[in-house]
Amino acid sequence: MSEVLLEAKAVAKHFGGVQALREVSLSIRRGEIYGLIGPNGAGKTTFFNCMTGLYVPDGGGFVFAGAPLLADAPHRAAERGIARTFQNIRLFGNMTALENVMVGRHVRTGAGIFGAMFQNAATRAEEAAIRQKADDLLHYVRIEERADDLARNLSYGDQRRLEIARALATDPKLLCLDEPAAGMNATETAELRELIDGIRSDGTTVLLIEHDVKLVMGLCDRVAVLDYGALVIEDVPAVVQKDQRVIEAYLGA
Amino acid sequence: MTSRFFRSAVGIGLLAVALIALPFVAALGGQAWVRILDFAILYIFLALGLNIVVGFAGLLDLGYIAFYAVGAYTWALLASPHFGLHLPIWVILPIGASLACLAGVVLGSPTLKLRGDYLAIVTLGFGEIVRIFLNNLNAPINITNGPQGITLIDPVAFGSFKFSGTTQIFGLALSGPQKYYYLLVTLAILVVVINLRLQHSRIGRAWQAIREDEVAAKAVGINTRNIKLLAFAMGASFGGIAGGIFSAMQGFVSPESFSLIESIMVLSMVVLGGMGHIPGVILGAVLLSILPEALRYGIGPLQTAVFGKMLVDPESLRMLAFGLALVLVMRFKPAGLWPSPTRQRELAEAKS
Ligand SMILES: Nc1ncnc2c1ncn2[C@@H]1O[C@H](COP(=O)(O)OP(=O)(O)O)[C@@H](O)[C@H]1O
Ligand SMILES: [Mg+2]
Repeated sequence: MSEVLLEAKAVAKHFGGVQALREVSLSIRRGEIYGLIGPNGAGKTTFFNCMTGLYVPDGGGFVFAGAPLLADAPHRAAERGIARTFQNIRLFGNMTALENVMVGRHVRTGAGIFGAMFQNAATRAEEAAIRQKADDLLHYVRIEERADDLARNLSYGDQRRLEIARALATDPKLLCLDEPAAGMNATETAELRELIDGIRSDGTTVLLIEHDVKLVMGLCDRVAVLDYGALVIEDVPAVVQKDQRVIEAYLGA
Repeated sequence: MTSRFFRSAVGIGLLAVALIALPFVAALGGQAWVRILDFAILYIFLALGLNIVVGFAGLLDLGYIAFYAVGAYTWALLASPHFGLHLPIWVILPIGASLACLAGVVLGSPTLKLRGDYLAIVTLGFGEIVRIFLNNLNAPINITNGPQGITLIDPVAFGSFKFSGTTQIFGLALSGPQKYYYLLVTLAILVVVINLRLQHSRIGRAWQAIREDEVAAKAVGINTRNIKLLAFAMGASFGGIAGGIFSAMQGFVSPESFSLIESIMVLSMVVLGGMGHIPGVILGAVLLSILPEALRYGIGPLQTAVFGKMLVDPESLRMLAFGLALVLVMRFKPAGLWPSPTRQRELAEAKS
């Protein structure tokens, strides 16, 4: 429980004059659900983007599972075991739900051009396994009946679930969710909570950015608060909730 | 289930009979029509190659004909009196395909960070550079023979069986173009099968994912750079093979055959037919290669019949008709004449 999976070391990032991240250091332990909260524009998404290689930090860096993460190599992050969803859902809209998840298997499979052309036994077996796994994952997030629908025709809640299924298809050690409950009603949020809890029980560490404070405080083992790009506090929910700086910066507002 | 199987078996049977009979039907109108048929199939080949780049991976390539040129000149230089080399097909075609593939990688590596219009401009420039090279590589050492091109190129041959000239088989006289037809149809079927298999493979899905959302594709671990490069390399290899056959079939190549308009032609076939949809691309290639020829042969006599003399040069009317057809199709069928069901649905929804 106490082994560190991801460590951020003084990560800094600015956009022109905006200091989006000010030397943020935090550590996520294997097996926990870790919450990252903060007001709009606090730098939460930027933190995700730096970690997953979409942005190159100006300073600092990340250590993941004992080895540094390369900046500017998004596909490497997934290879190493970091999967993510996006605040503004990014699915492959004109592919079916099943195909979306199948794409998620890309990084854990290896068939190339020649396998595709000659359809040898190994390629066919791999393809069947990809399909099976994708099917299982659609069941796991409970949208199996939408398997053959185009991703962009799914309801908002189902799209969020599909994005999680696609991320899980990469066999992540760490699953990063960027405001998964945004726009969901109370029932959907409760179901999402159950799903996230299940994912953790099945052995995947979860990093959760969320606006819904109640959800975060109830679900997370530890919580970090960002404000104006700086880390305010990192502790268990009970302590964070009572912290004066947090109440001023965020909860009280 | 069985009746569907039976029906598709009958369908394939009929198609096979039609494909076998076609060159004899075309020959009724003269060998010129068989040659037009040959070129139609060569264009199917080319269009399907470009479809991998444009249709599957969503990368706009305006210099595709350069790879065709590489393949064509490879054959011309390795099987003609120009260097006195006469290598067999199973040596030349792999070399041609590899060189074209290499050219694809050379073009792709520095440009794959670009998207859309920018990529189009760079590839357009690349196509022209290759053509200009071919035009000027006759001094100080004469490699390509410059604008005069290379003549007396060996035809395709398997052992002593040559594809040029007439041969008697089972009491049937087969002309050169007719023999090439069967070779080309065989190759085209192969390319269709490869295209279909690629489309529904791990790599094909990765191409589509990149086309849909490159950032999301990266986030699930697709090395977008390499996968895009793969599309370039694959498309280029097909272009190289088509170029080799072109060279052998013509017996003559010159840089003129590889101008920008040819790239645009092949791209039009892909777009007009239905980007990313293999049957559509085939339809586009057939229409755009045969209709202009039909017009060429139809317009002249028609004018003389109606007006008693030639009023407008058939060649310019042909291009006018071609342009008009393009505009009309893009206006009324923007997804192409035969788009994939998904794409069709997409546009229908966008309209409503
Ligand atoms: N690509 C970008 N270009 C310029 N500014 C950006 C970019 N991404 C984020 N920012 C800025 O960085 C700050 C933090 O943004 P973000 O990380 O999205 O906040 P959060 O996710 O916590 O709401 C904001 O002021 C935002 O405007
Ligand atoms: Mg955000």
